Amino acid sequence: RPTIDRELLESLPNLKVIGNSGVGVDHLDLKMISKFGVKVTNTPRAVADPTADIGMALMLASARRLVEGCQIAVSPETKHFAVDWLGVELTGATLGIIGMGSIGYKVARRATAFDMRILYHNRNRRRKEEEEAVGAHYCEKMEDLLQQSDFVMLVVNLTPETHKLIGKKELELMKPTATLINISRGAVIDQDALVEALQNKVIRAAALDVTYPEPLPRDHPLLKLNNIIITPHIGTATVQALHMMAEEAIANMLAVLNGQPIPSEV
Amino acid sequence: MEGQELPYVLIDCIGGKHGVYEDHVEFLEKHFHLVTMKEYLENKKFLSKKIRAIYMWYHKPVINEELLQSLPNLKIVANSGVGIDHLDLKLLSSYGVKVSNTPFVVSTDTADLGMALMLASSRRLVEGYQMAVSPDTEYFPADWVGAEVSGATLGIVGMGNIGYKVAERAKAFEMKILYHNRNQRNKEEESSVGAIYCKKIDDLLRQSDFVLLSVNLTPQTCRLIGKRELELMKPTATLINISRGLVVDQDALVEALQNRVIKAAALDVTYPEPLPRDHPLLQLRNVVITPHIGSATKKTRRLMMENMTDSIEAGLAGLPVPNEVLL
Repeated sequence: RPTIDRELLESLPNLKVIGNSGVGVDHLDLKMISKFGVKVTNTPRAVADPTADIGMALMLASARRLVEGCQIAVSPETKHFAVDWLGVELTGATLGIIGMGSIGYKVARRATAFDMRILYHNRNRRRKEEEEAVGAHYCEKMEDLLQQSDFVMLVVNLTPETHKLIGKKELELMKPTATLINISRGAVIDQDALVEALQNKVIRAAALDVTYPEPLPRDHPLLKLNNIIITPHIGTATVQALHMMAEEAIANMLAVLNGQPIPSEV
Repeated sequence: MEGQELPYVLIDCIGGKHGVYEDHVEFLEKHFHLVTMKEYLENKKFLSKKIRAIYMWYHKPVINEELLQSLPNLKIVANSGVGIDHLDLKLLSSYGVKVSNTPFVVSTDTADLGMALMLASSRRLVEGYQMAVSPDTEYFPADWVGAEVSGATLGIVGMGNIGYKVAERAKAFEMKILYHNRNQRNKEEESSVGAIYCKKIDDLLRQSDFVLLSVNLTPQTCRLIGKRELELMKPTATLINISRGLVVDQDALVEALQNRVIKAAALDVTYPEPLPRDHPLLQLRNVVITPHIGSATKKTRRLMMENMTDSIEAGLAGLPVPNEVLL
């Protein structure tokens, strides 16, 4: 917000730059904005750590059934804690990261400390030193990553190429014991295919910080499943991140207005 | 081997909410002749002399003096998990019975859960989930924020196997790591995880954004964190407990949370477990509680079972017992 449409652009003849907070720009019509000679900037630096943290938080919460566990711990019906109530291990498991940009790389750095085996798929392969620093193995074919991973995390940006990147075919390639985690954009997943896959236990579970739309309609099937965690797009919802995004956006806008090199122009 | 009888081992029961796991039985029966408590009570005369070990799965069967007196050939009790605060070690020792636990195999899962609780609490994951699925939610408010884990200061109280693994994980989040322990770790261990020793727990408490308890429960650590310690903590700090409920003075914790002396708590352990359903901790919004699931994964529980089997076999053969708990 504010929503930028043709009418607004036409009525602001001296508009030079739109400083977007956050890294995603899929909500902006970049072609149209460009035609008006207006620059667009985002805040990739500010979002990377908190978003990587949320990816890890969701992966851990899903694997260890944290939300369910909390419900049992506080439920009025609980008399004893069952001993046969189990989650799945992170240590020694395989994490497949789809999208190894700044955020994906930070996820790899964190996951490696949990003794996870890291696979990644990206438009471009990272340098050897970068791969070795986090112990990540490149999968040129996304299929290879999907077949081998216990946890699949989506960290791509939303573009026409990544729209519905994960559909029925991809979900069926995943292990039946695998968990899908999405911290990118809801539209990267074919949501109807995901509902079906979760209902039929084609995959074990999903943990989503993003959906399409947000929030989901209250009668959406995703809200009824018990093998899913959804959070309300809180990847950058920290006090620190909000400050940093504002600072980064201001720095970008000032650079444009002062004719200086722009830190993160889109 | 033909003719050689498998040793008789007492268990509580198989299956259900509290028994030995059904999918562990096949393995166990390759090594032992399992006797359930029910079978024992029905045939005490014969079985009491045959039983040479107890496989204690989640605190059952309960071992008291009466049981020890009626099992003259009992040599060893293998305990699942690392905590042995529920056992009377002096009593067992007086009957010449060895005790083993499973300290190492639980470390990574418990450390993972510590991280999970820290992340879930600081990012308000459970609240967020409730908002995401609530029938009343119409939009996601823009001013809803949590606090960042990356770059924050973590104070680890108890730097044993579990505490150290927490440090290894926290380092990857670029956290500043302080620790308090009976003994200081050596320089390489400290620098490997970037951990700074706080000889006085007060220093750790004053500086930490997250205080994580990973001590074992002993007379010295009982109520280690009470009113004084909570007041030393930052008002923006979160207390995480993955050790034992009794390490924290629970009443003092309730008061501290109600009066915002600290920001929040995330507890995998309480006293008792479960808490009474009317306990104030269950009503507080700034508390996350999980049902003691630190080691609750299929893989780890299986490894625990295998470790316990090894300990019992060694104990019965008069060999050094792996993971023996010494007085």
